[in-house]
Amino acid sequence: MTALLSIRDLSVAYRGNGVEVPALQGVSLEIEAGERLAIIGESGSGKSTLALAIAGLLPGAALVRGTIEWSVSQLQTSRSFTPPSVLPDISLARGEIGSFAVGSPPATLEIGESSDDSAISPLAREMSGRTEGGVKELQPKFVPLLGRDIGFVFQDPSASLDPVMAVGKQIAEVAHTHLNLGGPRAYAKARTLLERVRLPDPGAAMRAYPHQLSGGQKQRVVIAAAIAAGPRLLIADEATSALDTIVQAEIVSLIRRLVAEDGMTLLFISHDIALAAELAERIAVFRHGKLLELGTTAEIVNAPRHAYTRALLDAHLGLDTGPLRRIGAPA
Amino acid sequence: MNGLRRLLRTPEAVAGTMILAVLFAMALSASLIFPGDPQAIAGPALLPPFQDWSLPFGTDRLGRDVLAELFHGARTSLAVGLVAAGAALVIGAVVGTLAGFAGGIVDEVLMRITDAFQTVPGFLLALAFVSIVGPSLGVVVAAIALGAWTGPARVARAEVLSIRERDYVAGAHVIGMHPLEIAFREVLPNALPPVLALSSVIVAAAILTEAALSFLGLGDPNRVTWGGMIAEGRAVLRTAPFLSIIPGIALVLTVLGVYLAGEGVVETTAVRRSLS
Amino acid sequence: MNRALALIRRRLVGSVFVLLIVIIGTFLLLEAAPGDAVDAYIVSTGGDTGLIEVLRHRWGLDQSELTRLANYLWALCHLDLGQSVTFSRPIRDVVLERLPTTLILMGSATALSFGLGSALGIYAGARPGSFRDRFLSIGSLALYAVPGFWLGLVLIVVFAVDLRWLPIGGIETIASGKTGLDRAADIATHLVLPVSALGFIYLALYLRMMRAGMAEAWRQDFVLAARARGLSRRRIVLAHVARNALLPLVTMLGLQSAQMLGGSVVIESVFAVPGLGRLAQEAVAGRDTPLLLGIILTSAVLVILINLLVDLAYALLDPRVGASEAGA
Repeated sequence: MTALLSIRDLSVAYRGNGVEVPALQGVSLEIEAGERLAIIGESGSGKSTLALAIAGLLPGAALVRGTIEWSVSQLQTSRSFTPPSVLPDISLARGEIGSFAVGSPPATLEIGESSDDSAISPLAREMSGRTEGGVKELQPKFVPLLGRDIGFVFQDPSASLDPVMAVGKQIAEVAHTHLNLGGPRAYAKARTLLERVRLPDPGAAMRAYPHQLSGGQKQRVVIAAAIAAGPRLLIADEATSALDTIVQAEIVSLIRRLVAEDGMTLLFISHDIALAAELAERIAVFRHGKLLELGTTAEIVNAPRHAYTRALLDAHLGLDTGPLRRIGAPA
Repeated sequence: MNGLRRLLRTPEAVAGTMILAVLFAMALSASLIFPGDPQAIAGPALLPPFQDWSLPFGTDRLGRDVLAELFHGARTSLAVGLVAAGAALVIGAVVGTLAGFAGGIVDEVLMRITDAFQTVPGFLLALAFVSIVGPSLGVVVAAIALGAWTGPARVARAEVLSIRERDYVAGAHVIGMHPLEIAFREVLPNALPPVLALSSVIVAAAILTEAALSFLGLGDPNRVTWGGMIAEGRAVLRTAPFLSIIPGIALVLTVLGVYLAGEGVVETTAVRRSLS
Repeated sequence: MNRALALIRRRLVGSVFVLLIVIIGTFLLLEAAPGDAVDAYIVSTGGDTGLIEVLRHRWGLDQSELTRLANYLWALCHLDLGQSVTFSRPIRDVVLERLPTTLILMGSATALSFGLGSALGIYAGARPGSFRDRFLSIGSLALYAVPGFWLGLVLIVVFAVDLRWLPIGGIETIASGKTGLDRAADIATHLVLPVSALGFIYLALYLRMMRAGMAEAWRQDFVLAARARGLSRRRIVLAHVARNALLPLVTMLGLQSAQMLGGSVVIESVFAVPGLGRLAQEAVAGRDTPLLLGIILTSAVLVILINLLVDLAYALLDPRVGASEAGA
C-alpha cells in the first residue's frame, strides 16, 4: 500500500488571550491512497483541527509543529488533463495513469526512477534524497492545492455557499479556476456534476439560490463543488451532522459512490461511530487531541483495545446496536 | 477611573477626547479670556493672521477679533450640538419605547409619523421651522431635534421589541405594575445603550446643521457662530480667504473630535456589556 | 419579477399614508406661519387693507381649519401647490423649472460618492488592518467631518480663484448662446465643483460602509468554504465578499437621498446653481412660506420615489428578499 500522505508528530495549538490551547498533540498517521478512513471523536477531540491542518485551512493564529508529507505521484497521476504549466512527461505515459482510474494502487517505483518523479510534479518545492532499497521516497515540502488536490465538505451546507449567487455558478467557478474551462464549458461541467450528485432537476437547480434548496440538496451542491476539479482526497468534516437522519444516510451513500467512482481517498470526520463503521475501512479514534486507537473497522468495532473506544461503542444505543456488532464479525 | 482608562484605549479615542477637551476649554473660558462683546470692533479691518500678536488670527471685515469670535463661537456650536442631540435622543427614546411596547395601532401610527419625518429632508424641515418661528438659539435647537429624533426612535423600538419578551417584563406584569411604569422603569433603561451609541453621530450632525443654518443667515443673530463667520468671510473670499477657512477648520476638528471620542465611548460600553 | 411587483405594491400603499401625514404636517406649519397669503399679497402688491376681508372670503381663507385642510388636499390632488408670493407665479411651475437641475446635481453626486466610495471601500476592505485600510479609514472620517458648504468655498478658492480652471458658479455661461453638445459641456464644467463638494462628503460615508461591510463579510463562513475550494483571493474579494457587502450600501442610497437633498440647499447657494435647494433658500429669504412648504412636499415625494426605486434594485440584487411571501 502506498501512502497518500504521512502525518508525523503533528501538534496544533491555538493562541488566544496569551494562552496556548492545544488542539492536537503528537499525532502520527498515514493515510493510504484510495482508502476510506474515518476519524472519530467527541467535540474537542481535535478531529476537525486535523482535517483543517491537512487541508491547510488553519487560521493564522494557529501554532503548528510536526510534518505532513504528501506523495506527489499519488496526487499527480490520474489527471485526465494536463494544466499548461506541466511539462509533458514520458512517465505519465508509463501506464500509471490508466491504472489509477479505478483505485488500484500504482506500481511502486524503484531506484533510478527518482528523476522521473521530480519531472512529474511542477509543484514540488524541493527534491528529496533517496534511500537505497527501492523504497519510494516522499518529497517533502509539497503543498497540495486546495480545491484541485483536496476537496473539503463542511458541516453546515448553508454556511458553505454564497447566499447571493446561483449554485450552478458557484460550482462552475471551481471548474473555471482549476480546470481552466471557459464560461459555457464550466457551466456544462457544473450541470454534469449536479447530475452525478443526483440533484433532482439539475437544469433548474443550476439557477437556484441556496435558500431555495433543502439542507440535503445544499450539501449535494457542496459535494459537487468539492469534487469538481477531480481531487484525490475528499475530506468530509461532519458532513452529515447537520442533516436529518434519512438524508444523512443518502448523503453517506452518495459519498461512498462518488469516492468509488473516482478512486478518491476519503477522510470522513464524525462523532457518530455507527455512521463511520458503515462507510470506512479503517477507523481512527481521537480523544483530547491525541490519536487513541487506529485499526480496521472490524478490529475497532469488535475488539476495541481502549476503554474509551468501548465506551463510545456502548454509548451507541438503539436499534442499530445489533447490526453494528455483526458487520465486523468474521464471515 | 477604570472607565476612563478603557475609554482611552485606542489612539483615535485619545485624540478625540483631547480635541473635545480643548473645545470645552475654549467654550468655558471664552468670557474669561475675551471679556466683552466679541462682536465689538477690536482693530483695523481685514488684518491678516499672525501679524499682530494681540490679534493672532487677524480681524474680519468690520475689524472684529477673529480669535475672540472663534472662542465664543465654540460656545454656540457646543451648546447647540449637545442640547439638540440630547433633545433628539430623549424624544426618540420615548417615542420608540412607546411604539415598541404598546404595539398594535399605536405602534403603526407612531411608525408612520416617524416615516414622515424621515421622508422630509431634515435640513429643509429645520429651514422651514426656523423661517416660520424666527431665528433664535432655542428655535434652532428645536429645529435640529425635529429632524434628528427618528434615528434613535427606530433603534429604541427595535431594542424594546426584543426586550419586551423577556422574563423580567412578564414578572413586572404579574406583580401588577402599570404598563407605562414597566415601559419607562424596566424596559427603557435596558434599551438605552444602543440608542446612546448613536449620540456622537447625532451631536456631530447637529453641529454641522447649526453651522449650515447660520451660514444661510438663519442662526441666532445675537450670537457669534462659526457658520456665520464663514458666511461673512464669503464676501471677501478672494482677498481674505482666511476668514472663511479658519472657522471651517475649527468645525472640522470639532466634528472629528466628536466622532473619534464617540467611537471610544462605544467601545467602552460595548466591552462593559459583554463583560456583564 | 412577481416578487418585485408585490414589493412595490406594498410599499406604495405605505407611502401614500406617509405622504398624507407629511401633507397634514405642512398644512399645520402653513397655519402656524404669522400672516397668511392675503397679508403677503397685500404687502407685495401694496393694495389697501380694505380688500383684506374680500380677498379672504374669495380665497376661502375665512373658513374653518378643517375646510381649509380639505381645500388644500383637493388642490393637491390637482397638483396645485398654491401661489408663490415672491415670484407671483404658481408654485408648481417654479418648482418644476428648478427640479431638473437639482436632479442632475444629486444624480451625479450620488454616482460619484457611491461609485468611488465603494471602490475605495473594496480596496481598503480587501486587506483589513493594512496601512491603506487605516489610512482610508481615518481619511474618510476626517472627510465626513467637513461641512459641505465650507468644502464648496475651499474648492472655489483653490480651483476657481487661484487656479482658474473652473467657473465660480452658476449652471452655465450666461448669454453664451451655446447649444447642443457645447451647451452640455458648458453645463458639465459648471457642475464639476458643486458635484464634487456634494459628492465627497457622502463618498466618505459609502467608503466606511463598504469597508465595514467587507470586514463583516470576511467573517462569514462561506468565505472559508470558498477558500477550501481553492478560489483565488481576487475572485473571493470581488465576486463574493464585495457583492455581499454591497447590499447594505444599496439600502443606504435610499436613506441618503433625503440628506443629500438637504445638502443641496447649501451647495446650490454657495455655487449659485439655480436648483430646488437654492429656491428653498430664496423662499426663506423672501419669507415665502407657501413656496418653502411646496418645496418640502416635492422633496418628500422625491424621497419616496427614490426609496421605491432603491427597494426595487435591492430586491433584484438580493435573491432572498420576498422569498418567503412569494413562496419560492
